[in-house]
Amino acid sequence: MEFPDDLKYSREHEWVLVEGSVATVGISAFAESQLGDVVFVELPAVGDSVSKDEAMGVVESVKAVSDVYSPISGTVLEVNDDLPESTELVNDDPYGDGWMVKIEMTDVTDLDDLMDAEEYQKFIAESEG
Amino acid sequence: MSAAMRDKQAGLLLDEPLIFERSRSGQAGIDVLGGEGGEECLPIELRRGAIDGMPEVSEPEVVRHFLRLSQWNLSAATTFYPLGSCTMKYNPIANEAAARLPGFANLHPLAPDELAQGALELMAELQDMLAEVSGMDAVSLQPAAGAQGELTGMKMIRAYHLDRGDSRRTVLIPASAHGTNPASAALCGYEVQQLAGNSLGVVEAESVRRAMGPHVAALMITNPNTLGIFEREIAQVAEIVHAGGGMVYLDGANFNALMGVAKPGHMGADVLQFNLHKTFSTPHGGGGPGAGPVGVRQVLADYLPNPRIVRDGDLWRWSGAAPKSIGRVRSFHGNFGMFVRAWAFIKALGGDGLMRATQMAVLNANYVRARLEKTYHLAVKGLCMHECVLTDKHLEPTGVKTLDVAKRLLDHGFYAPTIYFPLVVQGALMIEPTESESLETLEQFIAAMEAIAREAVEDPDAIHAAPTLTPVGRLDEARAARNPVLRWRAS
Amino acid sequence: MRFLPQTDESVRSMLDVVGVERVEDLFRDVPAELRATAAVDLAPGLPESDALRRLGELAGRNASAQPNSLSFLGAGAYPHFVPAAVDNLLQRAEFYSAYTPYQPEVSQGTLQAIFEFQSMVAMLLGLDVANASMYDGASATAEAALMALRVQPQRARLVVARSLHPQYRDVLTTYLQGVRDTEVVEVGFGDDGRIDPAALRQLVDKRTAAVIAGTPNFFGVIEDVAALSAVARDSGALLVTATAEAMSLAAVRSPGELGADIAVAEGQSLGVPMSYGGPGVGLFAARDRHVRSLPGRLVGEAHDTGGRRGYVLTLATREQHIRRERATSNICTNQGLIALAVTIYLSLAGKHGLAKLGALNLQRAHRAQAAVAAAGAWKPRFSGPFFNEFTLRGVDVAAALRRARDAGVVAGVALGEWYPELDDSIVLAVTETHTDADIGRLAEVLSR
Repeated sequence: MEFPDDLKYSREHEWVLVEGSVATVGISAFAESQLGDVVFVELPAVGDSVSKDEAMGVVESVKAVSDVYSPISGTVLEVNDDLPESTELVNDDPYGDGWMVKIEMTDVTDLDDLMDAEEYQKFIAESEG
Repeated sequence: MSAAMRDKQAGLLLDEPLIFERSRSGQAGIDVLGGEGGEECLPIELRRGAIDGMPEVSEPEVVRHFLRLSQWNLSAATTFYPLGSCTMKYNPIANEAAARLPGFANLHPLAPDELAQGALELMAELQDMLAEVSGMDAVSLQPAAGAQGELTGMKMIRAYHLDRGDSRRTVLIPASAHGTNPASAALCGYEVQQLAGNSLGVVEAESVRRAMGPHVAALMITNPNTLGIFEREIAQVAEIVHAGGGMVYLDGANFNALMGVAKPGHMGADVLQFNLHKTFSTPHGGGGPGAGPVGVRQVLADYLPNPRIVRDGDLWRWSGAAPKSIGRVRSFHGNFGMFVRAWAFIKALGGDGLMRATQMAVLNANYVRARLEKTYHLAVKGLCMHECVLTDKHLEPTGVKTLDVAKRLLDHGFYAPTIYFPLVVQGALMIEPTESESLETLEQFIAAMEAIAREAVEDPDAIHAAPTLTPVGRLDEARAARNPVLRWRAS
Repeated sequence: MRFLPQTDESVRSMLDVVGVERVEDLFRDVPAELRATAAVDLAPGLPESDALRRLGELAGRNASAQPNSLSFLGAGAYPHFVPAAVDNLLQRAEFYSAYTPYQPEVSQGTLQAIFEFQSMVAMLLGLDVANASMYDGASATAEAALMALRVQPQRARLVVARSLHPQYRDVLTTYLQGVRDTEVVEVGFGDDGRIDPAALRQLVDKRTAAVIAGTPNFFGVIEDVAALSAVARDSGALLVTATAEAMSLAAVRSPGELGADIAVAEGQSLGVPMSYGGPGVGLFAARDRHVRSLPGRLVGEAHDTGGRRGYVLTLATREQHIRRERATSNICTNQGLIALAVTIYLSLAGKHGLAKLGALNLQRAHRAQAAVAAAGAWKPRFSGPFFNEFTLRGVDVAAALRRARDAGVVAGVALGEWYPELDDSIVLAVTETHTDADIGRLAEVLSR
């Protein structure tokens, strides 16, 4: 299972790619493997404000449903329009074509609470035990 | 299964299209005499012509269609059907005859009370019998299903608190509870606070003591719990909740383990629902109809649904006068057809017979547990009640999971146990034999489970491919959910 | 005891394997105080013959067992002829003793039948998608209201027709207790027995999530669904219709076609005996865009790895066993076997049988209304169009109904209990089960 080094990770299993003040968010390989085949994705609308640690969307598989939490506060710049039609992208390429939301951050210090790849893997191992 | 059996079976299962695909223009399965010109009684803009797409099939073809469909089902009557928490016991055929007596089947629900005395008396007797079995003070038969019974119970608790000017917002629910519990609580506007059980899944008094507070309206608890274990601290738990001003809701889904053994009314429950289609033998029907009567202690009796059956001199009557009632949850009087069946079941067994049924159900479950505990990992060690929970833990090296075991059981001609419930157990396989199964049947099931455990080591791929002997194999549920096709359309 | 296959011998050997001495020892984890008081004080078990004798005696004391008894009761439950094939097929144990089809590979009978049911219900109600059924028309109406509130979370107002079946309104009220602050406003009816669209327009605004109306309503009158739908739409509210007499869908243009967004019905009329009010079946249909907010079970088409077509429960993540407290409903069972009865009935009646039954019901009921009116003592109360149920105004309703009953005829339901201003009126239903002789008797008892 992959956890790219250039990304940050939240306790709710989202990943964040930081480029300046813009954060791209999706769910990690661990999350998608737990869910199974994703069948439905609900994303916020462009222009919506999102708050750190609050639910901003929903991802559903055949047997489970999960909120997608925003790891940071900000405004939604872009959502992945391919996702609703091609939900399998979340499973096949969770860090690439399966990206979900791009957010203009209001407070860069929100990122301090996130984990790096190594910390995240340890976190998963501990919660699995 | 032998190769010879396999070949025979394929020849007996006949393919069957959708009924719409059998339609041939102009056909009908009933004859109707008269009515010509009747449509002119309606203004022209309201008239509907014959509905395109509705079937056009003759009677023998309709009969053949549904007969063939029936043959594609495994059912409790056909084979061992050990779904945990569902209580798939024998559905007495005499009950079916009883429910179909014209005096019952053709009775209009608004028939004047004097013209429905037989129905009213049957319902009054059923109420009394359910109260006796459960140790409760009053019963309403109105809720149409277990989940609706739960909703009714929670609405009554809500009304009770409001009546006291008390706006408690929280309900405590164990993580092992059936999903209808939190769903019903949420439908009453409550927030759910989850309680962890101990390693037996049992709710400990200490955890309730810590969670209890003036914000808690109720505790919902299932006894035995969904791991098949008796909630041994329930009396203390109930006392803590009551001392804090809360109410105790008991989910009666596992009541088959309690008859003659322990009464909910004596263990501190204030309200419970009965699942007539579980403990009381009414058929599951492929997903209903059920019936979910509620029983309450006196403290909640004022809030029971309206109307109620009352005695007026020599007659039984409906009375809608109770002012604190939560109102109605269902039209008319509830699923009366199921009351007839449940009444007949209880009468056939009698008090001692009900206890014997519980005893045999619990013995059967323990026998399966004891025979399989060397081969499968048990979620809980020691005696169980009417159901036992296994897991796929020891199969880990083979890559075979609970789902695969379930699917391979279908090839052995058994319905699979409940899988992946309760959620608190990883890879759960919940087996509830019920009292209706003989030792021989249990041995056949045990043999199949042992065969699957061996096959998991020797040929795991065969199990991953299962089922292979059923009319269809594993269906692609993900694709079905991504692009749902939920009805037939004419092309 | 005939239901228990254990023998003394098999019990003995099982106890040995389990490792306890006696059956009672299986319960040693149950506190002694509880065991001491648990004895079930009920009479000893009855053999089948004795039980059936007692049941026959009870059944015999109900009106439907009396040979000369005649009833024109409707008001949410309707007498219709059920072909023998329906009940016969329903008694296939493979259907009635099966469970919810969670293992689809061995439940294709149930699943395909439900798929057919969903298709037929969608056609009947004139909408895109229907679920696998709800408990009854009343709870289906309540669930439709909750769904309307769910899909429009910023709106918290419901406009409910006073002419909607009183029990449906009661159940709606119960279901709304504790749900986020919902304002329920009533809209009345005019001399034609229908909702006045202008009056409705006064009450529907941008805070309104849905308008809920019965059609035919409690008086048997068919509403102008197209006009009501226009009013609702103008304020962005949904129109929910509730049809207590499903047979009317055979002859009257469907709610969906006329603009309803969610349409529900009680399906008892279509192949299900009245059985003192239950079990029945709730029909529930909506538009495609709302499918993920639908309550209840859904069956969808699927394929196995060999490409074989089959059916599965789908979109299950809406439901209680996964979503738990965020489920679209708490419903678990649907009304499986009753939905099957409806499916078999509709397969037999089909396109042509339904059209003829619709015409026959219309003819019988209109003939009956004319016959009673001609007898002089009763007059039609409302001028609106009706299917097989209508309201009559007379004098001293209670006495008239009593006289009719003394002559063996239950002539209808007095409306005064729910509509004080209509205490001079009764509502009655006439179906294909009523002969000309029956109608003659009705006119006769209501002429006195």
